[in-house]
Amino acid sequence: MGDAFPDHTELLIVGGGPGGYAAAFRAADLGLDVTLVSDEEQLGGVCLLRGCIPGKTLLELADLQLLAREAQERGLRFGDPEVDLDRMRSWKQEVVGHLVDGLHALVDTRGIRVVQARASFDGPDRVTMTVDGEQQRTGFDHAIIATGSAPTPLPATAFGGRILDSAGALELPDVPERLLVVGCGYVGLELGSVYAALGSRVTLVEVTDRVMPIADQELVGPLADRLGDRFEAVYLETVVAEMVEDDQQVRVSLDGPDAPGEATFDRALVAVGREPNTEGLGLQTTGVELDEDGLIRVDTSGRTREPDVFAVGDVTGGLQLAHEAFHEGIVAAEAIAGRAAAFDARAVPSVVYTDPQLAWCGLTEPDAVERDIEVEVVRFPWRASGRAVSIGAGDGLTKLVCEPGTGRILGVGIVGRRAESLITEGVLAVEMGAVLEDLARSIAPHPTLSETLHEAAQLGIGSPLHLAPSAGGARDT
Amino acid sequence: MSRQFTFTDPGEGIHEAEIVEVLVAAGDTIEEGDTVLVIETDKATTDLPSPYTGEVEDLRVSEGDTIEVGDVLLLVADGEDEATTTDQSGEEAPESDEGSGEESAEEPAEEPAEEPAEEPAAEEGEGPEADEGGRAAAVGELPTEQRSVDEAEAPERAEGAARERRQGPVPASPSTRRLAREHGVDLAEVEPTGEHGRVTSADVEAAAEGGPVEQEPREPVSDRRERPESKRERAPEPDHERWGPVERVPLRGVRRTTARRVAASWRQIPHVTHHDVLDVTALERWRREQAPRVEEAGGDLTLMVLTMKAVAGVLARHPRFNASLDLDAEELVLKRHYHLAIAVDTDDGLIVPVVRDVDRTSLLDLAVEVSDLIRRVRDRDVEGDELRGGTFTITNVGPLGGAGFTPLIQLPQVAILGMGRARLEQVVTGDLDAHRTEVQFRLPLSLAYDHRVVDGADAARFVADLAEAIADPGALLLTS
Repeated sequence: MGDAFPDHTELLIVGGGPGGYAAAFRAADLGLDVTLVSDEEQLGGVCLLRGCIPGKTLLELADLQLLAREAQERGLRFGDPEVDLDRMRSWKQEVVGHLVDGLHALVDTRGIRVVQARASFDGPDRVTMTVDGEQQRTGFDHAIIATGSAPTPLPATAFGGRILDSAGALELPDVPERLLVVGCGYVGLELGSVYAALGSRVTLVEVTDRVMPIADQELVGPLADRLGDRFEAVYLETVVAEMVEDDQQVRVSLDGPDAPGEATFDRALVAVGREPNTEGLGLQTTGVELDEDGLIRVDTSGRTREPDVFAVGDVTGGLQLAHEAFHEGIVAAEAIAGRAAAFDARAVPSVVYTDPQLAWCGLTEPDAVERDIEVEVVRFPWRASGRAVSIGAGDGLTKLVCEPGTGRILGVGIVGRRAESLITEGVLAVEMGAVLEDLARSIAPHPTLSETLHEAAQLGIGSPLHLAPSAGGARDT
Repeated sequence: MSRQFTFTDPGEGIHEAEIVEVLVAAGDTIEEGDTVLVIETDKATTDLPSPYTGEVEDLRVSEGDTIEVGDVLLLVADGEDEATTTDQSGEEAPESDEGSGEESAEEPAEEPAEEPAEEPAAEEGEGPEADEGGRAAAVGELPTEQRSVDEAEAPERAEGAARERRQGPVPASPSTRRLAREHGVDLAEVEPTGEHGRVTSADVEAAAEGGPVEQEPREPVSDRRERPESKRERAPEPDHERWGPVERVPLRGVRRTTARRVAASWRQIPHVTHHDVLDVTALERWRREQAPRVEEAGGDLTLMVLTMKAVAGVLARHPRFNASLDLDAEELVLKRHYHLAIAVDTDDGLIVPVVRDVDRTSLLDLAVEVSDLIRRVRDRDVEGDELRGGTFTITNVGPLGGAGFTPLIQLPQVAILGMGRARLEQVVTGDLDAHRTEVQFRLPLSLAYDHRVVDGADAARFVADLAEAIADPGALLLTS
């Protein structure tokens, strides 16, 4: 980092995370002069530096430990796992470092100017960049705000010390004997799983009546069934009435039907959501508008109410997923370059990297019910899949949500191992407007888990290979 | 409540036009019948009167825009009872704080409720042009609705929820959707030809050009809807600035029409050009004698007029040069009328008006009519129909010079006669043993013909007959 401050740039991008760098790359490829300003030394944002990538690096080890445990029942025994926290930390940093280096190389190759500074708008066509107390104004033709989001703390608490946010938890400060995880969304479940694998006794607390409340509960079922083995306790419909830390522990007061009331933990991880980073951006000097949740209002091309200023990624809400930000960044860059661009994805995939994994895209069954959309749902249970049974994943499920009559695939949901990779075929089917028969007649290799999508489609058109034609609740409307 | 002023076919088979002049601005009060826009259709300029009285609420077009039948030109607020207003598309007046298309676009218009099962049948045989209200919505709206940021709704946030209740999103691949955006085409308004109602990229391109997609490619008899070249069959644009500075001038109006037509002609017709030089010495003498008389009557007796008259007579004896090729029916359409198109060079480019029934018009009347027509063409004062219906074309570059060229046939005609500059030449006549040299006034001719319809021998005979007709000016006076 450390290109000179320009006086003027065609496109100024604020933020070096997935939305910011994707926009920068696309804009540079379209011939724009691009300046990317980030207050971080490294590019990559939360996703690469303190989120998805380090998280999944650690989850892979947690999975390995679970698989090793399962293997015992199938005739392969390992000794008890030994956790080398220092090596784990350095391995995680090696992974992140490798990818960060790659990102910086791509920035250089494309001739993108990168400035490490804090940027604050100073009107609709310029920013003031501040670094080490030194200030400089830079004018722009267009700007993209890609400042991301930050974890939301519980009221009257702050992160740091024994109360961790996701970034803090990924630092692996130690292996707490007892860990409280507040929030059963994907961050809480994923990081809770990491610490459980490391040997922590983990208690989960969720304010709603279910884990993964945003997901189709039919998919969550197989995951929920295993939570009891992994975690010390899961308290639903429970709120943290109080949380106080001292230098030894975190004392909490839990208020819920099954909750113990007062309890103490060695550490607490709070994963109850993220809020957009809009403070200090000087947006009041522009026409950029925020909605009631503090998210930047944008149209489908990412354009804010200030015509030359765009915003992408978490700061605009949405699913707050890196791949969504990538595409929003690309769309904004194309729109700025004068193309007819719009974010019109019909199937943004979501993946939860638990064991088993959850993945879904497009229309979900609960969404259809809630929005009164008539759909037909086809379910293929993994116990009929040779591959799933051979890897001990027979409790998985693949669901197709279809338009009645045409069999057009509107959404796909999967629970089971490696769902992260399986869902992409569902995304393609939804985006291409495929019908059940298209999927049924596309050959999946045998034996693989991808067959579950094809068998589900075959079931939907009445003739599955490895199930009785009427089985599995087919043509359920 | 506001009404949409939609561009409709002014009754001349017009599909698109260019906005030449905008005479009103948002906020102006207009009366029904007031001219609000001046448009240039194929080759004529027309005033567009407002069908409504009221205040111009939103102006959707600006000078230089190309509009198609069905496009919304402006919104007129009339302040009348809402029930009397027919809002075909359900579209509401945009907020229009700045009038910029993208900014003022809002939620996508809800489509008229249609039962999915009935949809294909209902749309059968109904091209986009028949569906004006819907098309208006398609063009008026850029797909930039405000995005909901509600997490639960996010995956399907790009779609209008109410519409989805009845039917899912229009099935089309991401690349097709991108194409639709580029063309400003609403997918819901496109007639799909793909399996299970899937909209293909070809469907979108067809919708963008205003017609239904053709399942099997065939050569259109008419060139009206031809683009110079569709993007798919063209090599990517090179970097024109690479070797030095350039200036870009938009291809508009007459230039664009000409580009489209000649490209279609070049692509569709196997052209052959027959060249000859005719002795017009006697004709020219006679012309000079008669010219003052014709001038008194207000006409200009030119070589062109004389050639037109001669050609009309020759065409009657060579009907296949006065014809069209109907590929659908695999028939020749022989025209029993002789409407000669003449190419006129104007400040705006090439315009080709038509002189009707040349065979039944006296030379004097013809001279007067052609003079008047050329003047009016140059003044842009011709009706659309005066530019249509030609059966054969004559193009005369003679006044500007030239010994021979290869003119392009105007679809759906099958031949065109090009005239070069007549000049004095020394010519050797007689036979090998007994010859002499004389000076003749000679006219170079180029007859381009559609080889699918006529052959080289036909063309040679045609020109020989023309030479004979022209050699005898007296005969030209006889009208059939």
